[in-house]
Amino acid sequence: MATVKKVSAIKNAPQHLLGIQNLSVLEAKNILNEAKSFIKLNRSSSKKLDVLRGKTQINLFFEPSTRTQSSFDLAGKRLGADVMTMNVGNSALKKGETLIDTAMTLNAMHPDIIIIRHQDSGAPNLLSQKVNCSVINAGDGRREHPTQALLDALTIINRKGNIEGLKIAICGDILHSRVARSNIYLMNMLGAEVNVIAPKTLMPTEIEKLGVKAFTDMKKGLDGCDIVMMLRLQNERMQGSFLPSKREYYEFFGLTPEKLKFAKKDALLMHPGPMNRGVEIDTKLADDINVSLVKEQVELGVAVRMACLKLYCK
Amino acid sequence: MKEKILTNVRIIDPSQQMDEDGNIIIDKNGKIKKIGKGAKISDVNKDSEKIDLKGDIAIPGIVDMKAFVGEPGFEYKENFRTLSQAALAGGVTSIVTMPNTKPIIDNVSMVDFIIRRGRDKAKVNLFPCASITRKIEGNQMTEFGLLKARGIIGFSDVTKTIQNAELMSRVMNYASDLDVLIMQHAEDYELSKNASINEGEIATRLGLQGVSDLAEKIIIERDLSLLSEFPCRYHINQISSENSLNVIKKNKSNGIKFTTGVSINNLSLNQNDIGEFRTFLKMSPPLRAEKDRISLIEGIKNDLIDVIVSDHIPEDEESKRLPFAQAATGSIGIETLLSLAIELYHNKSLPLEKIIKCLTINPAKILKINKGTLKQGADADICIFDLEKPWVVKAENLKSKSKNTAIENRKLQGKVVMTFLNGELLYSN
Repeated sequence: MATVKKVSAIKNAPQHLLGIQNLSVLEAKNILNEAKSFIKLNRSSSKKLDVLRGKTQINLFFEPSTRTQSSFDLAGKRLGADVMTMNVGNSALKKGETLIDTAMTLNAMHPDIIIIRHQDSGAPNLLSQKVNCSVINAGDGRREHPTQALLDALTIINRKGNIEGLKIAICGDILHSRVARSNIYLMNMLGAEVNVIAPKTLMPTEIEKLGVKAFTDMKKGLDGCDIVMMLRLQNERMQGSFLPSKREYYEFFGLTPEKLKFAKKDALLMHPGPMNRGVEIDTKLADDINVSLVKEQVELGVAVRMACLKLYCK
Repeated sequence: MKEKILTNVRIIDPSQQMDEDGNIIIDKNGKIKKIGKGAKISDVNKDSEKIDLKGDIAIPGIVDMKAFVGEPGFEYKENFRTLSQAALAGGVTSIVTMPNTKPIIDNVSMVDFIIRRGRDKAKVNLFPCASITRKIEGNQMTEFGLLKARGIIGFSDVTKTIQNAELMSRVMNYASDLDVLIMQHAEDYELSKNASINEGEIATRLGLQGVSDLAEKIIIERDLSLLSEFPCRYHINQISSENSLNVIKKNKSNGIKFTTGVSINNLSLNQNDIGEFRTFLKMSPPLRAEKDRISLIEGIKNDLIDVIVSDHIPEDEESKRLPFAQAATGSIGIETLLSLAIELYHNKSLPLEKIIKCLTINPAKILKINKGTLKQGADADICIFDLEKPWVVKAENLKSKSKNTAIENRKLQGKVVMTFLNGELLYSN
């Protein structure tokens, strides 16, 4: 029987993880399955593998980040990669020039994978056109934060067994949130029903076209939900043009034990962090281990990022 | 110059309601001597030059009411020479140039410079605009009277808008006395802050700050209210939405006199074309929804929109290869203006005569210039095009110095084959 020969001359273009929007269901599930195998490893005493030995990973962070950056850092190291972190921050240089120039410079050092966070939506897409290695988006503007959504999915699967058929509420500043967008795409893709809840000034226009139901009332939005994802409300939005005050926001959109009762009895609470206690979430509720998955999210974040690094670093 | 006769040509000239097969005779001074069925070969001398156009179409040279030329200050983006090459290749013979150069054209000495420089370097008719306000800062009006006397055709702050209603009312009041043309870019800054794209699903998906069409509508409403108190020659540079069109319709039916333009981009593209952050399609006003595009076409049909412009904005790669929010706004388009406009005829959106009208006599009338017509005695600025010729837009083949076309690889039908300026053949393909 004739066999199809593999043509070695045609090299696959490096694959990038730029957003959940670009993923197929299979690819998403593949990442999640791969990540599952790392959960155990991360809990064992010997955490180091050599899957990525000899590979160079560069973390390029234009925006300050604690958890995402340290999570990627650790993930790379546990897989045996050489990890370098660059905090570019808000330098005096024009940001756009910095991005392209930095990309060119880094590319010359032959990295195998670049993890980028940038304040402008679409910056990772631009970077991916300029470098020869894989690019993973660690958050761009308000567009996407794919690894956050993937770790949220893994956390839910870990607790509930499956995402299909669940009802998930995302509540808070949807307008400025990349976490919300990535989660909307991923949870929809994996078969969940998604509600978004926000004051009208923090709700993006035509959000329904992304396949969600939009609510401005916590009671209606949380009704029958299995998972409640709270989003961080940034300080600068709390006063003035988006919202009148912290106090009013907490009154209507802050998650309290009473409001959580609108959801299912066994509903679980998630938050991408860092939390504003007393603004979007009641502080006791945030620490309630029977309800809150916040710590687990951080833990599984490392596993998900290890999976992404392994799959995308070629 | 020898006398010329262009034979075997279909002439479409909306200024004299002409659409007929015939000939065009150009006299020794570069003026139209005779045109149409009545122009016979027997009317010219034996030694005159004969050009057989083989059934192609002749229209008046296009008058583009909005183009940016990089001189002075941005010569690396476009200069008079490259702009005129691009214009002639697109059948454009008269260009209204924008004042947002470096330095800005807001004083008399700059006008003298720009007119001299244009005369030396450009091969098309240039009609320079000056800014409405000094340094385009929106605070103090420029010297309308002196600038007009030196040859300024109209006043525009280009992509900036006078936010202050009091200043705007004074501009209109003052302009009315001097009979100068005020060209407004309609955009409320507070509503458009940080925005780089139309508000809606695409903005939500791309995670970009969107601008709703309210930002445009609110300024048009304000200006038209002011205009009813202070009537002057007022022109809205470019509108982009159905909502704006409704305001225009209401005001026109109330008898307010003003004119309106639209960019060919907003007629031929919509926000979906932006895809994944194609910065060449970042425009101001932005590309909007398909329903807006369709309503703009209706606006042309119903004479609510008078002019189609190229909104030619050359930008170098460096200012476009940036994250979308930071990238420069605008695209080149003077060379593809006619072909893209003809697409609207081929896809049965608009009658050919209407398209030509918006590109020739309508802008000429607004500007009060003796262009955009092929009537006997007019300057023989003529664009000859093949209505059916297929071609594919390739940035590298375009004549502009900058290559930021929004329609790379678009398959078009209809192309300019010759352009005459004052009877001289300056472009042929």
